[in-house]
Amino acid sequence: MPVMENETGQYEKSKRDFLKYILGGSIIAWLAAILYPVFAYLKPPKQGEVEVTSVKAGPVTTFAKDSGTIIRFGNKPVILIRTSSGEFRAFSATCTHLDCTVQFRNDMGLIWCACHNGKYDLTGRNISGPPPRPLDAYRVVIQGKDVFISKNA
Amino acid sequence: MKPLWRRLYDWVDERVQLGGLVEFMGKKYVPIHRHSVWYYFGGVSLFLFLIQVVTGILLLLYYKAGEEYAFESIQFLMSKVQFGWLIRSIHSWTANLFILTAMIHMFSVFFEKSYRKPREITWVTGMLMFFLALGFGFSGYLLPWNELAFFATKVGTDIAGIIPVIGKPVMIFLRGGPEVTGATLTRFFGFHVAVFPGIFTVLLGIHLVLVQRQGMSEPLDEPTGSEGEQKAMPFFPNFLLRDLLLWLIVLNLLAILAVFFPWELGMKADPFASAPAGIKPEWYFLFMFQTLKYIPAKLLSIDGEVLGILLFAFAGLLWTLVPFWDRKSSRGERNRFINYIGLFVVVYIMILTIIGWST
Repeated sequence: MPVMENETGQYEKSKRDFLKYILGGSIIAWLAAILYPVFAYLKPPKQGEVEVTSVKAGPVTTFAKDSGTIIRFGNKPVILIRTSSGEFRAFSATCTHLDCTVQFRNDMGLIWCACHNGKYDLTGRNISGPPPRPLDAYRVVIQGKDVFISKNA
Repeated sequence: MKPLWRRLYDWVDERVQLGGLVEFMGKKYVPIHRHSVWYYFGGVSLFLFLIQVVTGILLLLYYKAGEEYAFESIQFLMSKVQFGWLIRSIHSWTANLFILTAMIHMFSVFFEKSYRKPREITWVTGMLMFFLALGFGFSGYLLPWNELAFFATKVGTDIAGIIPVIGKPVMIFLRGGPEVTGATLTRFFGFHVAVFPGIFTVLLGIHLVLVQRQGMSEPLDEPTGSEGEQKAMPFFPNFLLRDLLLWLIVLNLLAILAVFFPWELGMKADPFASAPAGIKPEWYFLFMFQTLKYIPAKLLSIDGEVLGILLFAFAGLLWTLVPFWDRKSSRGERNRFINYIGLFVVVYIMILTIIGWST
């Protein structure tokens, strides 16, 4: 194709621009082709977990009155509390503040988080310190001699 | 016959011409004035970093990363391996002293305004190394996989997770999943022994080359040049020998600390145990930890924690960029405002650290 030689410089300039875009575009595409797999690699894959809906905590007699025990619920900790009246209650043991694991304090009669001094009452309500939300409640069922904990109160 | 070292030197010199370099080193002087003592803290930090490299490599000979092995391998190291307890204790103590001396170095440079033109790059690389040092501390803390470290990591990474927009993916990236597990340990191990040292070494190289090339910064308020020669001592060998003497003293101090206050291992991490009472972060994170306690849960409908973290991030950024907004010092004028900021920061950190420590 005959390109007019440099009368105004127009042709030359558009040809150069065209090459610039091609080169720039190729560099971006090349970077994307390298960076995409790298970033995708950094993101850990979702592990297929067995959805746990209920666990057996143990025989009623192992839980003293006025005490709390951490029970393994799938891969999450759950706190099972037996009140001084003998009633069982269960809550997620993960502090709603910054992910620490809470504990039952019978000297305070509360659920307490050691990391930032967060406090919850025995209904799981956040009553003092930094926790922004109550602890999620779990359902406790006593079947025969055993205590079972299940999701959704 | 020339002595062996001389022949060796000549052999190298003949090939790579060391002459210029030696002449350059010979001309380097360290100014003497009433603030000269602060010049030593950079060197001490460097020395402590070198100790970390050596003891870190030694620990690598026995350490096993992994949920099932990490704690046990350190236990083995401390009880069975000859001087294993000493190497680990030195590594832990040095880590803490390193952050302390790096902090002193940073504040002295800040107050002297030595970051001013033409040393902006030296300051920025120094700050980046300081942030990396905090990263070293945070990642290394988890490696023994003990109870305190487990919860510290849960809290620390959860804090990263509450940063708006980028927080969640960053948290997942750091943890290697939604929870702190063995996957987190693997990642932290990689950061601690490969990623951070690699980046740190490059930054340190730039930092040191700049210090050598530009020479020591002199305080703004000291009279320079013209009227009488300013007092100075040759870097080589006078200042270097003083440096080495101080390093020897620091090494002795370390040995005393490591032997008489050996670093505890604690209890193995159990994801199904409650966080132990009295749990605290390392001292250099305490002032931030304590601040977060004081910020109310909600401030003008913004999450208090988010606000606190963004404020600290912003303050850190401003601090790192000080050579670029402190125009006055770069022009060689006095800037008292900088002293007030520095003083406020030092006092703030000290007071909150003490409160955090004692409660």
